[in-house]
Amino acid sequence: MDAEPFASGRSWVHRVDARLRIIAALVYSVILAVSNEFATLMPGLIISVLLTLMARLDAIAVSKRLLTILGFIALIWVMLPLTYNGDSYIQLGPLAISAEGVGLSARISLKTMAISMSFMALIATMSTATLGHALSRLGVSQRLVILLLMTYRYLFVLENEYHRLRRAARVRGFKPGTDLHTYRTYAYLVGMLFIRAAQRAERVYQAMRCRGFKGRFFTIADFPASPNNFMFSLLMAIFAAGLILMEFNW
Amino acid sequence: MTRTQDRTPIIRLTDITFGYPAAGPILHELNFSFYRNERIGLVAPNGSGKTTLFHLIMGLVKPVSGSVELFGTRMESEKIFARVRHRIGLLFQDADDQLFSPTVLEDVAFGPLNLGKSKKAAIDKSKETLAVLGLSGFEDRITIKLSGGEKRLVALATILAMDPEMLLLDEPTSGLDDATKHRLKSILRDLNLPYLLISHEFDFLKSTTDHIYTMNDGKILMDQELIIHSHEHAHVAGRQPHKHV
Ligand SMILES: Nc1ncnc2c1ncn2[C@@H]1O[C@H](COP(=O)(O)OP(=O)(O)OP(=O)(O)O)[C@@H](O)[C@H]1O
Ligand SMILES: [Mg+2]
Repeated sequence: MDAEPFASGRSWVHRVDARLRIIAALVYSVILAVSNEFATLMPGLIISVLLTLMARLDAIAVSKRLLTILGFIALIWVMLPLTYNGDSYIQLGPLAISAEGVGLSARISLKTMAISMSFMALIATMSTATLGHALSRLGVSQRLVILLLMTYRYLFVLENEYHRLRRAARVRGFKPGTDLHTYRTYAYLVGMLFIRAAQRAERVYQAMRCRGFKGRFFTIADFPASPNNFMFSLLMAIFAAGLILMEFNW
Repeated sequence: MTRTQDRTPIIRLTDITFGYPAAGPILHELNFSFYRNERIGLVAPNGSGKTTLFHLIMGLVKPVSGSVELFGTRMESEKIFARVRHRIGLLFQDADDQLFSPTVLEDVAFGPLNLGKSKKAAIDKSKETLAVLGLSGFEDRITIKLSGGEKRLVALATILAMDPEMLLLDEPTSGLDDATKHRLKSILRDLNLPYLLISHEFDFLKSTTDHIYTMNDGKILMDQELIIHSHEHAHVAGRQPHKHV
């Protein structure tokens, strides 16, 4: 299962207590999610990039993930500016483009990229078992932990299968165009993607059960008290406070 | 936990019928018992239901009818299966399904931790198991970056770390080179565990198992139907069970 490319790093972020990282990622992404000012979102994006740098994540792997996400964001850019009902429009040939729609698309893009990068830096840097263990130690109920973890794993599985399928299509000489053959191939790919990801997730769950998994996560990763934890908390608190200040124009 | 006597089979399948929805039965009124100290090879064509049989034994899929008994207890629900599953070690046909932790040590320790071992005991057990398989120094290797053969040996380590009482090995030699096959052979010999081994390689089966069974029409056939050759030869059916007349 190659779903955890970031979990095996050796940076100081990897050594910060998993619980602190979960809390930090949550607080940070809630702040970004509810912010509206570009003056908040732009620094947010920079902070997220900084976090991935501090976690020493492989820039290529991060970019690949972001490209996948950008694919979905592209859809928003196609839909929103054309359909959003606002006051001001920009006339572009036959198209009336809503200025608010463009602004909203830009905000959504910034938020999505910043939040996903922060998750790559803070959450994806721990193994599934560690994440599960940390969540239950934070008091999250056992059932919810499994649900969260399976969803989280499933996303990675999905991404992974997508790359495999695309490779398979490419080695057989598939070149995307704008014809029916291309659309049909994409439709097959998407269909196969969900089926394969579901099957693989099922088999991994079977393998876990075969090894005595009964719903509780244990982990060998431990996070001894260290100045790292304090440094990390301080840094994240400063980031969070800074973003909140920006949002309220202080 | 009650120790079962030697005469109780570890596995007893009675009248098992199984099929996937929208397809005919794959296993049909299959009866099979596996006793302690047996080392049995299973050879049958692709798609004949060998993997399905293993998954049925482990309770990963449910038979349409018939019963599965493990260690003398009838497995009536997932709850009962969950209690005894760890006593049988299943090596999956695809090692990628079996490894899901970022590092080798974490993956091997997953089982022992689930069995209630302390962190330290789990780590010790994992290192010891890796050493037995000649994988010392692999602890911090990243599972996704292992080669196919290394993945298979690590997958074997993940099940051996749980101290199973028998093994179900689903094509353990596929993708292995001769040297690694040889290593696997001697590992299996030294383990001294009973096992049921699926393989398409006669030579490997001949030196690792005492009996070779096959499957036909959704049933298991014992080896009196087979003649094992001691000569090297090549012909179309060379890798499948066959008779010379
Ligand atoms: N999830 C599934 N859904 C539907 N049919 C399946 C599924 N898994 C397997 N089958 C079918 O069940 C039959 C038996 O499959 P199984 O994997 O048990 O065969 P096998 O003997 O292990 O084959 P191989 O030697 O190729 O590994 C096959 O015909 C296969 O197509
Ligand atoms: Mg099979």
